[in-house]
Amino acid sequence: MGSIRRLLPYLRRYRRAYAIGLLSVVVTATLALLAPRVLQYAVDDLGRSITHHKLTFYAALLVGLSLVGGVARFLMRRVVIGASRHIEAEVRDDFFAHLTRLPLAYFRTRRTGDLMARAMGDLESVRLMIGISVIDAANTAVVFVVALALMLSIDAGLTVVALAPLPAVSLAVRWFGKAIHARFQLVQAQLSEVASLTQEGLSSVRLVRAYGQEDAQVERFTEATRRYFARNRSLIRLQAAFYATMTFSLGAGALLVLWLGSARVVRGELTLGEFVALTAYQAMLGVPMVAIGSLTNTIQRGIASWKRMLEVFDEPEAEALPGAGRERRARVPLHWKADAPRGGLVVEIRNLTFSYGPGLPPVLRDVSFRAAPGQTVALVGATGSGKSTLLHLLPRLLEPPPGTVFVDGVDVRGLPLEILRRQIGFVPQEPFLFAETLAGNIAFAPAAGEDEGRGSGEREAPPSVELLSGGFDLRGTGTFHLGPLGTDAVRRAAAIARLEPVVETLPRGYETPLEERGLNLSGGQRQRTALARALVLDPPLLVLDDALSAVDTKTEAEILEGLRAGAAVRTTLVAASRLSSVRDASLILFLDEGRIVERGTHEELVALGGQYAGLYRRQLLRESLEVG
Amino acid sequence: MPNALGPGRGERSDWQLLWRLLSYLRPYPWQAAGGLAAVTANAVLQLAPPYLTKVIVDEHVAAGRLEGLGDIALLYLITLTAAALLEAAQTSILQLTAQRVMFDFRVQVYRHLHRLDIAFFDRNPVGRLMTRVTSDVDVLNDLFTSGVHAIFFDLFTLAGIVFILVSLDWRLALAAFAVVPLMGLITRWFRRNIRESFRDVRAWVARLNASLQENIGGIATVQLFRREAINQRRFRALDAGHRDANLRGMFYYAVFYPAIEIVATISTAAILWYGGVLVMAEDLTLGGLVAFLLYSQRFFRPVADISEKLNGVQAAIAAAERIFGLLDTQAEIRQVGARATGVERGRAGTSIVFEHVSFAYDGSGDVLKDVSFEVRPGERVGIVGATGSGKSTVINLLLRFYDVGRGRILVDGRDIRGMPLPELRSRFALVQQDVQLFSGTIASNLTMGSGAISPESVERAVAAVGAGRFVSALPGGTGAAVAERGATFSTGQKQLLSFARALAFNREVLLLDEATSSVEGETELAILVALRAVMAGRTTIAIAHRLATVQDMDRILVLHKGELREAGTHDELLAHDGIYAKLWALQCHSTANPNPIPGGRPGS
Repeated sequence: MGSIRRLLPYLRRYRRAYAIGLLSVVVTATLALLAPRVLQYAVDDLGRSITHHKLTFYAALLVGLSLVGGVARFLMRRVVIGASRHIEAEVRDDFFAHLTRLPLAYFRTRRTGDLMARAMGDLESVRLMIGISVIDAANTAVVFVVALALMLSIDAGLTVVALAPLPAVSLAVRWFGKAIHARFQLVQAQLSEVASLTQEGLSSVRLVRAYGQEDAQVERFTEATRRYFARNRSLIRLQAAFYATMTFSLGAGALLVLWLGSARVVRGELTLGEFVALTAYQAMLGVPMVAIGSLTNTIQRGIASWKRMLEVFDEPEAEALPGAGRERRARVPLHWKADAPRGGLVVEIRNLTFSYGPGLPPVLRDVSFRAAPGQTVALVGATGSGKSTLLHLLPRLLEPPPGTVFVDGVDVRGLPLEILRRQIGFVPQEPFLFAETLAGNIAFAPAAGEDEGRGSGEREAPPSVELLSGGFDLRGTGTFHLGPLGTDAVRRAAAIARLEPVVETLPRGYETPLEERGLNLSGGQRQRTALARALVLDPPLLVLDDALSAVDTKTEAEILEGLRAGAAVRTTLVAASRLSSVRDASLILFLDEGRIVERGTHEELVALGGQYAGLYRRQLLRESLEVG
Repeated sequence: MPNALGPGRGERSDWQLLWRLLSYLRPYPWQAAGGLAAVTANAVLQLAPPYLTKVIVDEHVAAGRLEGLGDIALLYLITLTAAALLEAAQTSILQLTAQRVMFDFRVQVYRHLHRLDIAFFDRNPVGRLMTRVTSDVDVLNDLFTSGVHAIFFDLFTLAGIVFILVSLDWRLALAAFAVVPLMGLITRWFRRNIRESFRDVRAWVARLNASLQENIGGIATVQLFRREAINQRRFRALDAGHRDANLRGMFYYAVFYPAIEIVATISTAAILWYGGVLVMAEDLTLGGLVAFLLYSQRFFRPVADISEKLNGVQAAIAAAERIFGLLDTQAEIRQVGARATGVERGRAGTSIVFEHVSFAYDGSGDVLKDVSFEVRPGERVGIVGATGSGKSTVINLLLRFYDVGRGRILVDGRDIRGMPLPELRSRFALVQQDVQLFSGTIASNLTMGSGAISPESVERAVAAVGAGRFVSALPGGTGAAVAERGATFSTGQKQLLSFARALAFNREVLLLDEATSSVEGETELAILVALRAVMAGRTTIAIAHRLATVQDMDRILVLHKGELREAGTHDELLAHDGIYAKLWALQCHSTANPNPIPGGRPGS
């Protein structure tokens, strides 16, 4: 129940809607229950012979009640389900905002599909619990109480007899519901087995063909599908028994009323009208009995799903990581103000040892170096030597240990994330482009004064009840505005990243929308876009994490030439597997298993004849082969 | 050539699709007939309770007669029991038959997929094909269980009720039916709008999903560039769009159900009023009116149900269209002639000749240009070249995964296009760079389900490639379970198993497609030993990036940009001082300066 309490703040904002909705439920249910009563009086009066006038009145009353009831039914759905839709959107907004603030490390261990399932499927279960289930529960309660009272007022004895099978119905729904759910799980498990066999078979289709084992694959698949059929069979048998039980129990109640009731009418203990009304009420009571069973299932599922969402909500956000709090007070250097002229940053790494978690071997061991404004420091080494990890510590995509990573003399752990990250233009190894225009992808970061930072928890007031299901507002979607960064800045950055020849080939130039993940660009073009995205900020610290690996040698040389102009002012950190991009660096660090093993300029290291020199020779050869 | 999505709508009419779907019931005539009979009987029985009610009211209540009432109650109980049993029969027959049909569909689609060209798989991602086998077939399930029969059921019930109402009193029946056109209009309004709304909602769900996927996948970029707030705002807008689309859809529901209810009540009121008039004129008994009222309540349920079920039928037709589109896709590379059997032919070996072979994958430039070479029986040939030089294409063509563009390939002197596929492929054993393991046991992975391989030869193969040590350490030895994609094995171990697989099949020709590329350091030695065991006495074509693998081959072919540029032994090629010599120099340095690559850590 503790988990449900966490849902209350959302619900509370819509208490008016829920109040109106519940009132509508009461009206709907009551009116629905009154209709048989009208029929009862009409039939009874007909037995005693009545006027046309009175007959018309009864008919009109029937229609009138149904009209009022219809309006109430409409309101009930619209208001309560409307509220649940609004709450769904609010929870999802919060969920999404929370996701964007979680530390990167969290995402390394999570599958995207799983997080998406929680944001969509699980939330849907929660919504059903706070939407249609609320109506169902209220309706069940009202119908049950009112119908029971009315029946009792007509004929208490007969009512007790008529209701005898109903608890059985409810029990059957619960019992069968559980058993069916259990078998359904088995069926689903087997279905996912079938799916993974399909995946396996279809992704190894070449191998299977080469060995001519198509038939064996089909046989394997057939076997799994046959088991799926068998599990379905047991589920179906259970369902068949369930439906039969329902038909019988509900019918038995009707039979009892009919049989005993008609006998009473004959004996004069009951009027014909009362008899008709009793029959109708008895039929009505069946519905809530069935509903109670499915209601408990919905609620159980909703709570389970809400717990799965809370697991994510309870993950600490990046800013609140342990250890970050004490240093938070760190003085933000004055000259970091956005409007101040920007020079480079002094980056200093002191005795840094880093591992991905307690008990895991360190990825970086006792690394120390310093990079001053105007300098370019290059990290070189084999895959897995720790280059990329080191670069990820600077913008705190990974959290460094205290007292190891400093910019302008301040421990990065003490700096607010958005202020720290505003200083850094980071170009990752695998660029990630978004399904926006090319210009939107370049001018990706918010400019000063624009909606910067990690988002506030504020929310507008809940909409009025009339608006709950109304209007359609699309704030801030779709069109992209270049904003203060402006087209000039985008063009300048694109020019340095040598994107201009690419832009010319695009149908709508900078305004060409990119596909998901920028898949309509080549790998090299994506990398150049990511570079432009960092350059457009004119950052004091530029970090290139093997950022030009997919760019051809000639273009790379042009880009490096273009970068040189700005490099005189800013600080640049580069990790590279291709040495052509680091030749001119002020300092080259050769990393081997997380340790700096060689350090110096290109000429010094080549002269040293160590690992760097060996790597350099091999690359020269490869290049000559590519050209030949 | 059509892809799995099949041709667009309009080429086949919905009725043809429906008819083709129903033809899948043909193997189950008894079940289909039984299901139909159960449905019909059930529909008839549905009419019994109101009829018995009428009898009770008319002959007992109105007449004040108690005797015989018990008999009717008993009759009621019997029909009730029968209805419950029929309900059970109907459910199990219909659903089981539907499951049988689904089974047939799945196996047929899967079998068909294994016959389609490899080129088809280049165009259609596995994920999409899986949807055909799993969820699309599931949608059909609804058609066979709740769709067709339920609509039959509703129609039967409807017909029965209409018949009874008319026979009870045709004047009252007319009064009751007066609202039908109104109901039709409401239903049509609802169905048209709700379909539109479903489409709208689906589009918004897709946008939400895309945004979630993009933001989770690109979370590092989002955080680095401080886009949290902006992306949150954009997501909120999408979420609001999704919410409002749902609210619009809900509006139709919120109107539809009350509207149907009101129309039904209007009909009841009309019956009451007109019936009352008739009763007053003593043209109708009171019991008759009550019975009529009770029957007429049952009239509206099937009407509303049918309209709801038609939506399901439409979804099923759309899924059927996709499935049939796939089933109607034909392979271009077909088996010629009869099936060949037997793994060993007891001949000295197989000769392979490429004659002026050129080839291009769909729509791109030539990957192989006028390539000619011969591999004699028992010869071991290495093919080397840079990425994109066309090496792997040689194997793809030899196994006839694709047909050559120009030129021809001869195996034992016969053009492979004139050979039955099983006969051609039964000569080759393939070892790929990415080892594909299946869930199952080590033994089942080596035999891949082929019954022709004895457990002994499995054991022998494992021992021969030097995998005996690690396999026997596993619980159950060759019977040990293999996780999905062999996740618990190292790359080297997986590679050893793939060699053992090739050995177990004991084919004449061994094809190695970059088989040693992903293995590093010390395991490489073990692999080379294993390789020697597998190649012993076999014709071998080895495609390699790593020259150490092909160094002591009888002949080495150097492919460069699709052309065969150099050929000869290792020593000859070194002396020639061409592409091969350069490659050799490059890789020599790598081995002279070993640089072990530790297991990659994400992002490092």
